[in-house]
Amino acid sequence: MRIAVFLFMALLTAGLVYILDTTRLLPAPLGKLLSPQQGVWQNAEPVNNNFSDELKFPKLKGKAHVYLDENLVPHVFAENGDDLYFIQGYLHAKFRLWQMEFQVRAAAGRLSETLGAGDNNAILNYDRGMRRLGMVYGAENAMPEIEGNPITKSITDSYTDGVNAFIEDIDESQLPLEYKLLGQNPEKWNTLKTALLFQYMALDLAGHEDDFEHHNAASVFPKEVFEKLYPLYPDSLDPIIPRGTPFMQPGLALNTPATADSLFYPIKDTIGIRQTKPDKDNGSNNWAVAGSKTKSGRPILCNDPHLGLNLPSLWFEMQLHSPTHNMYGVSLPGAPGIIIGFNDYCAIGLTNAGRDVRDYYEMKFKDDSRKEYQFNGRWKASTFRIEEFKIKGAAAYYDTVVYTSLGPVMYDASFTGQNRVKNNKNYVVYWLAHHPGNTPYVIHQLNQAKNYDDYVEALRYFVVPAQNFLFASKTGDIAIWQNGKFPARWKGQGDFVMPGTDSAYLWQGFIPHDENPHLMNPSRGFLSSANQLPVDSAYPYYLGFGSDYPVYRGVIINRMLSKMNNITPDDMQKMQVDNYNVFAETARPVLLKYIKEDKLNAEESKYLSRLKKWNLRNDPAEGGPVIFNVWFDSLENAVWGDEFAKIKGVYKWPQESTLIDNIIKDSAFSFIDNINTPDKETINDVVTIAFQHAVPSLQQLERDDVLSWAKFKGTGIRHLLRLPALSRMNLPVGGGSHIINATKDFHGPSWRMVVQLTDETEAYGIYPGGQSGNPGSRYYDSFVNTWAAGKYKKLWVMKENETADKRVKWKMSFTK
Amino acid sequence: MKFIVSVLLTALLAFAAGLYLPWWSIAIASFLVASVLYQKPLLSFLCGFTAIFLLWGILAWLRSAGNNHILAAKASLLILKTENPVLLILVTGLIGAVTGGLAAWSGTLFRRIIKK
Repeated sequence: MRIAVFLFMALLTAGLVYILDTTRLLPAPLGKLLSPQQGVWQNAEPVNNNFSDELKFPKLKGKAHVYLDENLVPHVFAENGDDLYFIQGYLHAKFRLWQMEFQVRAAAGRLSETLGAGDNNAILNYDRGMRRLGMVYGAENAMPEIEGNPITKSITDSYTDGVNAFIEDIDESQLPLEYKLLGQNPEKWNTLKTALLFQYMALDLAGHEDDFEHHNAASVFPKEVFEKLYPLYPDSLDPIIPRGTPFMQPGLALNTPATADSLFYPIKDTIGIRQTKPDKDNGSNNWAVAGSKTKSGRPILCNDPHLGLNLPSLWFEMQLHSPTHNMYGVSLPGAPGIIIGFNDYCAIGLTNAGRDVRDYYEMKFKDDSRKEYQFNGRWKASTFRIEEFKIKGAAAYYDTVVYTSLGPVMYDASFTGQNRVKNNKNYVVYWLAHHPGNTPYVIHQLNQAKNYDDYVEALRYFVVPAQNFLFASKTGDIAIWQNGKFPARWKGQGDFVMPGTDSAYLWQGFIPHDENPHLMNPSRGFLSSANQLPVDSAYPYYLGFGSDYPVYRGVIINRMLSKMNNITPDDMQKMQVDNYNVFAETARPVLLKYIKEDKLNAEESKYLSRLKKWNLRNDPAEGGPVIFNVWFDSLENAVWGDEFAKIKGVYKWPQESTLIDNIIKDSAFSFIDNINTPDKETINDVVTIAFQHAVPSLQQLERDDVLSWAKFKGTGIRHLLRLPALSRMNLPVGGGSHIINATKDFHGPSWRMVVQLTDETEAYGIYPGGQSGNPGSRYYDSFVNTWAAGKYKKLWVMKENETADKRVKWKMSFTK
Repeated sequence: MKFIVSVLLTALLAFAAGLYLPWWSIAIASFLVASVLYQKPLLSFLCGFTAIFLLWGILAWLRSAGNNHILAAKASLLILKTENPVLLILVTGLIGAVTGGLAAWSGTLFRRIIKK
């Protein structure tokens, strides 16, 4: 009896331990998680934590010191480059390990492994999409380039050793919080993971095109209508290279396939596949003003890349110093070097080029086995890649991906993207990022650049994602290159899905590097880019449709810069956070011109007069931008909704600038009429009806107390796992799409930087996050309030003899 | 007196074990102390309960106080769906306490089998 009672109690105890150690019964292993000696309490970093340390690693070649300042920014001083990158890897891991691994798992289509397949297999579907897009394939193709170059081989090896040195040193209780929440352990780092991180950036910045949507639109609209809806050169365009700048004669002659025109207008089929796309506003601002326009007489370079706003932040700020090297700026945890920043000679800022470097081809296979595909009248053998997906809490999933000489079959009967639709066709994705080149080399060379020639030489090796590389130097030069590898396209190539049976439809070559759009020291005294088209129609190559090429930010930046003189870094900071809405400046007079005010009731008139009084600034407390946005959305719906409903499959409405440009040009624009009514609506009818439809929404917003811009927009910085508890939501921030301060809900300026290239560099910067990736650290989000207030911190380029400076809070020594 | 000694001993042993072993070493510590220092089953449960409640509660509180409760505010919102650091400390103590209590109870019963 006693034994039975004992066994019962012992089993009860063991059962409780089991329940508290697993997720079998509870959503979280509460015992493991809450144990003060092992669980999340260990991540409660003391607010007065001492980060000083003395570390020994046999792989180091010499001595090095890291000085951490009051913002936890490391200033790394090493005796040689290998140690510098080793320590960068170590620090990235120390402060951002979980994020580094998560981003790479996302790139490699391995999220199901730790998160499970998700609702309706959404996560598994995402993973399959990444593999089928060839994300891992592209990273693998980069490896011989990176490892075949002795410079980058040694950089990436040192970096990897640094990351792994940290991983080897920590015990389970010291793991980042997210590992504990997910019940996961860190994997060792390697160079392939760095390559995958660059693939992730390539996808974010060079993975946007609307080939399927355009394909479907061309199945319904005739050519001349299509060109009105998707103009190649918007009327309001102010290109990066000013109009009238002469271009070189093209070095390449291209042959348009004879069948192209008859094939595309009209298109005979439509596509239902819904792709996962990066945010359409992944873009940025950068500008540089020459000494002729500044108070100091030296150039000032400014940059703010607009990306998804996450915690931990995409960026990690640091200074890297060696005898040959002194670079300050932001790095990507997972990659060696500084991506955006400045050294003792020059500064570099990036915005996205957004050019179309991805096409789809419809393949014809001999039979259902898909072992052979038709190409130039012959049958060619395909290969198969079997992708394994480990799934948390379920059996592994296997997916067979067919590879052709063009690339992988991304969409077929078994995979149709975000949705399930019937599809019997095989679409191959042909993407520049399948052959991404040696990105770490370019970063390293740019970090060491001393002058314009070094900068241009480094750019020659850059493939993807193409950027507008802005340059300013202490010698007074400013320059910009839209740079990357670009397919030289015949007119119309890649706008729609193309036949994969004929080599005439493949890319015939790449635009020679010297013919990429670029400009140095222009007479107007400034350069800028804001993701608009780089050139006007005088450029000899076809640009096609890439990202949306938004026009308005470029217009306002150039307008402001051309009026400014005696510019100071302070003026530039104010400009980066400016909330003036040039899109509303263009559209509001048009809307007000056509609205029939006599048809409005008292309530409607109240909102209209509020809009009229608006100062065109998207400041946080303004109601005007809410009324304007809701009205414009309603107008788009009224104008496009009826005609686009004819399209079977996916489609995309034209840009906002296209709608307003069309109305300005032609108030009898055919899309104005609602084709579902017998009457012929005029522009006055449509604008008025759109406003009347908007008013009930506005009333509801007012009742909910969100008829003010910041509340309506709801800017937040979300944790990568989308856990609200670890995010910073509802920040009082203005700005938005089309505005220099391009802060949307979860997307916006991810790093604001202003650098004045005086003898002693004067630089300012801020990013919406914090240096530590640990949600239990005071440095997790310590920059967020400063960023949200539109303020900056002064960047300190530490000198070797400043070790006693009061800004140095902690010192880490590294020896072998 | 025996109760207080048992509580202190259990807490001490559990703390030491926690430095090297997984979290459930608190159960081993409670079990061992209860099987060595015999008490009546209910008293023994209370002893393990109190020891681990105090150990985990105090450890969690110390860490949290030094952290200005930054982590506890987030973790309580995540785990308990309410932002309440004190509650998370109490829940932490309770989870450890129940585990420790049951293990101590088992320890006493084990002792009764061995030494009739």
